[in-house]
Amino acid sequence: MFRNNYDNDSVTFSPQGRIFQVEYAAEAVKQGSVVVGIASNTHAVLVAIKRNAEELSSYQKKLFPIDEHVGIAIAGLTSDARVLSNFMKQQCLGHRLTYGRSMPVRTLVEMIGSKAQINTQHYGKRPYGVGLLVAGVDDQGPHLFEFQPSGMTEEMVAFAIGARSQMARTYLEKNLDKFADCGREELIRHGLRALKESLVQDRELTVDNTSVGVAGLVASDQDGTTKVEPFTVYDQQEVSAWIDSVADDKEGGASAAEGEGGTMEVDS
Amino acid sequence: MAMFSQNPLVNGPNYSISDMPRVNAPEGAREHRFDPYTDNGGSTLAIAGADFTVMAGDTRLTSGYSINSRHHPKLFKIGGTTADQKDATIVLSVVGFAADGEALKERLDAICKMYRYRHGKPMSVKACAQRLSTILYQKRFFPYYAYAILGGLDEEGKGAVYSYDPVGSYEREQCRAGGAAASLIMPFLDNQVNFKNQYIPHSGEGHALLERERRPLARHEVETLVKDAFDGAVERHIEVGDGLQMMIITKEGIEEVLLPLKKD
Amino acid sequence: MDHRPQAWGRPRDDVYGAYDASYLQTSGPKTATQSPVVTGTSVIAIKFRDGVVMAADNLASYGSLARFTDVKRLRPFLSTSVVGFGGDVSDMQFLDRHLTELAIDESYEHEHSENPAKSQLNAANLHKYLSKLMYRRRNDFDPLWNQILVAGFDSSSKPFLASVDLRGTTFTSPSLASGFGAMLAQPIMRRYAATEEDAARLSREEAVNVVKECMKVLFYRDARSLDRYSIAVVTKDGVELSEDEQLEKQSWAFAERIRGYGTQTV
Repeated sequence: MFRNNYDNDSVTFSPQGRIFQVEYAAEAVKQGSVVVGIASNTHAVLVAIKRNAEELSSYQKKLFPIDEHVGIAIAGLTSDARVLSNFMKQQCLGHRLTYGRSMPVRTLVEMIGSKAQINTQHYGKRPYGVGLLVAGVDDQGPHLFEFQPSGMTEEMVAFAIGARSQMARTYLEKNLDKFADCGREELIRHGLRALKESLVQDRELTVDNTSVGVAGLVASDQDGTTKVEPFTVYDQQEVSAWIDSVADDKEGGASAAEGEGGTMEVDS
Repeated sequence: MAMFSQNPLVNGPNYSISDMPRVNAPEGAREHRFDPYTDNGGSTLAIAGADFTVMAGDTRLTSGYSINSRHHPKLFKIGGTTADQKDATIVLSVVGFAADGEALKERLDAICKMYRYRHGKPMSVKACAQRLSTILYQKRFFPYYAYAILGGLDEEGKGAVYSYDPVGSYEREQCRAGGAAASLIMPFLDNQVNFKNQYIPHSGEGHALLERERRPLARHEVETLVKDAFDGAVERHIEVGDGLQMMIITKEGIEEVLLPLKKD
Repeated sequence: MDHRPQAWGRPRDDVYGAYDASYLQTSGPKTATQSPVVTGTSVIAIKFRDGVVMAADNLASYGSLARFTDVKRLRPFLSTSVVGFGGDVSDMQFLDRHLTELAIDESYEHEHSENPAKSQLNAANLHKYLSKLMYRRRNDFDPLWNQILVAGFDSSSKPFLASVDLRGTTFTSPSLASGFGAMLAQPIMRRYAATEEDAARLSREEAVNVVKECMKVLFYRDARSLDRYSIAVVTKDGVELSEDEQLEKQSWAFAERIRGYGTQTV
């Protein structure tokens, strides 16, 4: 991996104007297993593939609740993610304490963006080796954000990061127009289908390796106002129904999404 | 400052009013010190049953002879996952200085939420009670002027009530009254909950009289007791009144009841 | 006589003594407000069907001296809330600057959102923030000597009215009054809005009339009050603030009958 003399720290540009340490950190994100996030008009979902280091070990958690209204999916170094997760949790609690409201998702994401950027501009520091998808709801509705070790943050409609995530992104791009009006269940199924795209040949979604996280807005029965569905992570048997519902999709099911209209584009 | 006792502050009536003339100030001298405390009156009460706990408090907030608010709850659900505390299992009541009470509640709630985040399970009442004591003692030399009572269900599902002084001394009890009318309510509770001074008639003479056997009270009995206790306190204490807030903690969750009290 | 330019325009040492520079010292004990100096009297407010009315007179007193007669004690926040200040005027001005800064930060924060008004701080959020600020200052033994009323709307778009004082004590009620107003105006306002339900039945006009009546009673009986006052009405459409109102239809006939103090001892 040794490229040249310009990758020993994150304060030195290469003659081509690149900072290699930051780019290496972005590579660390690609080592992590894939996570997918999608936002509709009413919900924001995160789905993830969990990995176990060996047959005998447990599966590494991929989804973390941050506050009532926000959760994250991680790809990369889990321990770095924990630092960011703790930071976000503290910020959300603090905001709730001083203002009595939930922190706007964009504000929260920009905070970790600034925090991560510092590590790319100071000698002796190391960029975070983790990428995040941040999903949440606030007064402006559901949101999905991408976070990269460079400190870059961006609002997304749908996105995937991690190993082989390009396949998932291709699925998301093909179905982009459908997401806005999707219901909760359909949005989760889209997420799982995108996830399936990224799986290696003989792997499948199972209750052991799949995590689903949802936050949303639900209309309350009495007075037409909307209530927040708190960010909740579903594992094990809780996800089996969803997995089953996308199991009978055709192999390479990019086109199987809605069963009609999309059968022409099989590859890209 | 008679801050830690519930006895009359000076020789006057048992009102907790900070604007009272300062008897020990030298003549002609003006006291140049900011007093960070006031007493906002009100009263609380908690009774533990066999498989439930009832917490109660009035909703009046006073300062001096003024009623600041007729609806200012003193009971708080603690440690739920969401801001509306829908899945909370513990209730904290605070009386004394309202701002300290509020700060104490938020501190404990934040700690319970962090505990849940770190350990993936809610805090037990026992652990929460111990932690509350530490929080109070950490401010030993600038105390939270708040009489706290913590209620919930213990590991065996039995009703649990923990009561505190402002600097963190605490014990688990069957029942406890706190705040302005504590001295009015507590003797009533001793008699009606713990059957103090109740004897079985004709069971003997003098010291040979048999005490009435203690038995856990049923939920409806406890609720009646709480209402009677507050109706009595309202009659005799000016800082108590307006509304009665009750929370009944069972294994099904927390039920909240709001009843009217006299507003005079 | 010292003719050096450095001495021009300065008091002469031979006449007034050496200049006392002790106040310039930065060492020495930390100072904090131990009592208010220039003060504003009551602030009153009442909720009605679709908003809140708040009023305070335009006087800043220096003890018993009516020192400044054109001081505005109500200020809008983000044109969705109103904050009213009683107590020390310099602390009010400090808070005013602080709130201006907060409002600017908040506006920038939500610059790009589709509906900024929805995600910006509402009155309930602002009150929470101010209560934390006041409580922190009391914990530092450096209190901001004010009682503050905050009016506007909460997150469920219902009228919101709450108070916070120099110790960080907070409370809400359908009507609120600080200082003398707690004794004189609050009983009058409670006749019209004893409960939230009563307040929800009150029309804007009724609420404004009650508040104006209360301002009059306060001017009759509060010696540190003025007949010029500010009144603010907060509704969903924003804040209407009028800062130069004059008390109308005063009647001092009752004063004739007052006996027992002042010069008329019998």
